[in-house]
Amino acid sequence: MSAFFAQHGSELLVKTWQQIYISAISLGLGIIVAVPLSIILMKFPRVAKVVIAIASMLQTIPALALLAIMIPFFGIGKLPAIIALFLYSLMPILRNTYVGLMGVNPDTIDSARGLGMTNMQLILKVDIPLAMPVIMAGIRLSAIYVIAWATLASYIGAGGLGDFIFNGLSLYQTDLIFGGTIPVIILALLTDYLLGKLERKLTPKGI
Amino acid sequence: MGEKIPMVEFKDVSKIYPKMKNPAVNHISFEIDKGDFCCLIGTSGSGKTTLMRMINRMNSVTKGEVLVNGKNVKSFNPVNLRRHIGYVIQNNGLMPHMTIRDNIILVPKLLKWPKEKLAGEAQKLIQMAELPESYLDRYPTELSGGQQQRIGVVRALAANQNLILMDEPFGALDPITRESLQNLVQNLQVRLGKTIVFVTHDMDEALKLATKVVVLHDGQLIQVGTPEEILHHPANDYVKSLIGEERLSEAKYETVKVKNVMTNPIKIDLGASLPDALTMMKEHRVDTLLVVDNSDHLKGYISIDDLQRNYSNASSVSDILITKLSTVGPDEYLRDNFSRIMSRNKSYIPVIDGDNKLVGIVTRASLVNVVYQKIWGDKGHTQNNTEKEAN
Repeated sequence: MSAFFAQHGSELLVKTWQQIYISAISLGLGIIVAVPLSIILMKFPRVAKVVIAIASMLQTIPALALLAIMIPFFGIGKLPAIIALFLYSLMPILRNTYVGLMGVNPDTIDSARGLGMTNMQLILKVDIPLAMPVIMAGIRLSAIYVIAWATLASYIGAGGLGDFIFNGLSLYQTDLIFGGTIPVIILALLTDYLLGKLERKLTPKGI
Repeated sequence: MGEKIPMVEFKDVSKIYPKMKNPAVNHISFEIDKGDFCCLIGTSGSGKTTLMRMINRMNSVTKGEVLVNGKNVKSFNPVNLRRHIGYVIQNNGLMPHMTIRDNIILVPKLLKWPKEKLAGEAQKLIQMAELPESYLDRYPTELSGGQQQRIGVVRALAANQNLILMDEPFGALDPITRESLQNLVQNLQVRLGKTIVFVTHDMDEALKLATKVVVLHDGQLIQVGTPEEILHHPANDYVKSLIGEERLSEAKYETVKVKNVMTNPIKIDLGASLPDALTMMKEHRVDTLLVVDNSDHLKGYISIDDLQRNYSNASSVSDILITKLSTVGPDEYLRDNFSRIMSRNKSYIPVIDGDNKLVGIVTRASLVNVVYQKIWGDKGHTQNNTEKEAN
């Protein structure tokens, strides 16, 4: 163990940082796109069905294949990895946000509108706060997926903890495999824990 | 115009939903005056809610015009219009993620009132809702359904709205809670002089609260009137069925007039002699006689006591006439005179028309008949008639 840290310690920090970096940007982009998209889709339920179907389909493409598909378009490195992971992150956030928003009690919305809220106020002060637990559940799910799959991004040269695992596999060195896998697991659990805290903070008290 | 402008006016209003065959609201016109408590009543699908929601533009108007304060609602910005019209819905109208305080001051906040004013407003309104101030920091789910709706009601008053729309606000509450909420709304309405448009399917509620009842059926206006008018002159069977048998029969007796129960008086001419009077009393087995002149104007009455006492020294009825006499008119309601007749120590009260002409009497027996009929219905009618004659 200590031997592993002595040999790969600084490398581990760099790779972990890359992992976090790739995941965070993908997830961030996913949230920025999926949440507003869901709000727009809320007004067009029929379009929503189609969009969610397409997002579901993206989800069924094997992660490795999706990463490989990126190469002809974006080459290798971090950019194609981030794009692929971003596409993956869309689905859980999109679906949950949509379901959460649609699940807000129509009476509450009617009342808020009847009292004179503008559409924007309605979205920001009623829809999103009330859908927050469901939206956050989607984001947490996406975060774990993205962190786990970011490991594969090493395959197209994006770096990250996947480098250890792939090296370990090709060199038959289990300590490298574990050295990559365990930090990924810790990273995923930690992220979920922190997002859980955030969820409780963002969720309004009354619900 | 010069006349006062109605708070809300419907001018030939129709609402046609796309893909629906029949209009939800069909050519409806009526007015709601300032200070009116207007109940829109009908079964589900009658268009009552649709009609109400046109006032604050929650529903659009397909044809015709809806005027608020004399201005077409289409000329207002819908958001601004809604902020100046109170709105209470059946349930879950409160924002579950906001404290009671934030719920109450929702509209003033939207109107960007200064902070100091907001705090005072919240306290004022929670008192109006008759709830403790400590509730301000609670969340709606921590309150009972009735308490939540109290907040819903006062929230609609928070920005001094003069017009308040209520869509079956108490439909989901138990009868006791509903009654206390009805009283709250009624008190607030009377005290603050608000105009309320209240949708309900409950005729008891409408008759209790309304100053104006609007009956709707299948998008059509069936009848507009005061609760009394609706109750006593229902326009058709639909209105009757909304009112219900029991209430109708009750109402029937409330409108019994004196002329409906009066019987023929036993009367004697002013110039008649005392022996004649005595004979007449014997014949009819009565102890008093009503005295009239030759054109039937009531002059007073004579009693058997006076007759006996003055038999030797008086010659005609006019000598022993007692003119102090309380009377009723034939078109007065019986219910208004019931206690007067019953408490008077005489057994009957004379009925006179506008010209002071004696047209009949109401006896205690005829009152008893009415009571009988109210309790046992018309079944005992014939039996009671014979009794009446015996008296």
